[in-house]
Amino acid sequence: MDLFEYQARDIFEKHGVPVLGGVVATTPEEAREGAEKLGGGTVVVKAQVKTGGRGKAGGVKLAHSPEETAEKAGEILGMDIKGHTVHRVMVAQGAKIAEEFYFSVLLDRSNRNYLAMCSVEGGMEIEQLAVERPEALARIAVDPAVGIDEAKAAEIVDAAGFADDIKGKVADVIRGLWTVFKAEDATLVEVNPLVKTEDGEIVALDGKVTLDENAGFRHADHAELEDSAAADPLEAKAKENDLNYVKLDGEVGIIGNGAGLVMSTLDVVAYAGEKHGGVKPANFLDIGGGANAKVMANGLDVILGDEQVKAVFVNVFGGITACDEVANGIVGALDLLGDHATKPLVVRLDGNNVELGRQILAERNHPLVTLADTMDGGADKAAQLANA
Amino acid sequence: MSIYLNQDSKIIVQGITGGMGAKHTALMLDSGATIVGGVNARKAGTTVEHKDHEGNDVTLPVFGTVKEAMAETGADVSVVFVPPAFTKDAAIEAIDAGISLLVVITEGVPVQDTAEVWAYLQGKETRMIGPNCPGIITPGESLAGITPHTITGKGPIGLVSKSGTLTYQMMYELKDLGFSTAIGIGGDPIVGTTHIDALEAFENDPETKAIVMIGEIGGDAEERAAAYIKEHVTKPVVGYVAGFTAPEGKTMGHAGAIVSGSSGTAAAKKEALEAVGVKVGKTPTEAADLMREILRSL
Repeated sequence: MDLFEYQARDIFEKHGVPVLGGVVATTPEEAREGAEKLGGGTVVVKAQVKTGGRGKAGGVKLAHSPEETAEKAGEILGMDIKGHTVHRVMVAQGAKIAEEFYFSVLLDRSNRNYLAMCSVEGGMEIEQLAVERPEALARIAVDPAVGIDEAKAAEIVDAAGFADDIKGKVADVIRGLWTVFKAEDATLVEVNPLVKTEDGEIVALDGKVTLDENAGFRHADHAELEDSAAADPLEAKAKENDLNYVKLDGEVGIIGNGAGLVMSTLDVVAYAGEKHGGVKPANFLDIGGGANAKVMANGLDVILGDEQVKAVFVNVFGGITACDEVANGIVGALDLLGDHATKPLVVRLDGNNVELGRQILAERNHPLVTLADTMDGGADKAAQLANA
Repeated sequence: MSIYLNQDSKIIVQGITGGMGAKHTALMLDSGATIVGGVNARKAGTTVEHKDHEGNDVTLPVFGTVKEAMAETGADVSVVFVPPAFTKDAAIEAIDAGISLLVVITEGVPVQDTAEVWAYLQGKETRMIGPNCPGIITPGESLAGITPHTITGKGPIGLVSKSGTLTYQMMYELKDLGFSTAIGIGGDPIVGTTHIDALEAFENDPETKAIVMIGEIGGDAEERAAAYIKEHVTKPVVGYVAGFTAPEGKTMGHAGAIVSGSSGTAAAKKEALEAVGVKVGKTPTEAADLMREILRSL
């Protein structure tokens, strides 16, 4: 889960990383109050969106009074930045910046450890720096068993080439950011820019934090950080039922078991769609291993609630999941939905208890259900029906 | 022959008394695997009742620690079914006990826990598979995990995959030919055994004549595997990659299956594999057909 800047700021503060005052606002009036709370002086009004390049898009503006803060907030709220609507701004205390640096620590999948990256040239696009002048970006491996201790922090600031007079202070902040990474179960903590103010203080002026959702069980407070406003209503409904669902822009609803098989099903349906008017998969929905009839019914309910869906392809390989359970789920869901079920279903079952599963569907002989023998054949039939 | 797991493997189950542990202990026994006991500190000294593949009653002892279980039974493989919050400790306990093969089935393990386990494992004698994986099956010999043993039997194909259900699908597509070993390495960002590890083992396994490698979007494991194949693998490899139509920036189930930017896309992976001579199927069925053709020509 990616956090908004203001959430990252709050988490930094909680772990003792120096940040400037900041208040989140959803209306110009709240922004005005925020500016007053920060002392009524110069502030920066920053769009809170989970994408880069907001400065270039006009999502960051300076304001010199609470009135001007409200005005600038009014301009930024509702803006569209790379497809993200701005619902919140952060009113942040202005800083007198002397120098800008860069620091991040993240999961390094390839090396199966963590990686710290640090540069004395912050503020700019770090990807660009990494390509154009890789020597300016220090990359230091971090052992997960040890973390960023005093010695590792010293190694990082040395490698990045910080001036001697601030090395100690920067190393302290880096250790604070490591604490954030570790204590919050993050997979990314990035600060760009990390600044030296004219007073010689080191401050995290911006923050990107990605939290590991698998670690939610030991962070009860992380649930509140979720942006429920951004979720698609169908995605929200799926989540309530613990279904792994992603809404896409297509006509063929997809249900399957196992992330890999469902992704593969999306591909096969997209290929089949090329022969049937260009229809595409409407969603990703993984009912998981060991899915029972109720899970199947919940999944169908979500998919049939998608108005764009014209046909549904159920593709299940019964490993742990039993095909008769899936078949019962389909029959049960159709009975439950009654006249509301109007979309054709193509069902392909294989694996565990497949004979029984097919038999259940054959006996019920529902007019909307077509049985398919193979994955490719089922995808083709579903695409054809969605294009009818 | 096979890789990592064979008829001599003696398996214990960490979490044998839990729902998942009990269910899959029964299925592993049904496959003919040699399960010799389990571990649950709170139920040490008790036993669990199961049936073996011939229908005979089997009484399995529950031990307090992996070390004790290994000492009493001679176990060399452990399959972990404990909940995510306890997985790190369970894995470290098994590593400390010196288990040869550690198969972590548990889904939803925090990635920092896995990173710490991986760091802990360095220099020790344990091979870890997973977490968040279906485990490993050597058809006709043994099963350490949740892969259905009824799909197909022994044969010349080695299979390595991130995804469980795609493993099953591919085994089903090639059920007429059979497999030496099929290994599901898991889709998490950090896993104990990689595509490259499995490719190396299959290359050295005389029974394996050809290899199917299944990948999916996210990370660069397939690209790295492609580079490895070019240098080290002489046996034919057929590839399949899932996730061509996955939109950027969306997470599709597996923590690892995230597309961000150009690297990690299915197209990039397919290209990398084809560049080193791996035939890549557009669908699982097409990949299976490519494999069938290759085996026919050998």
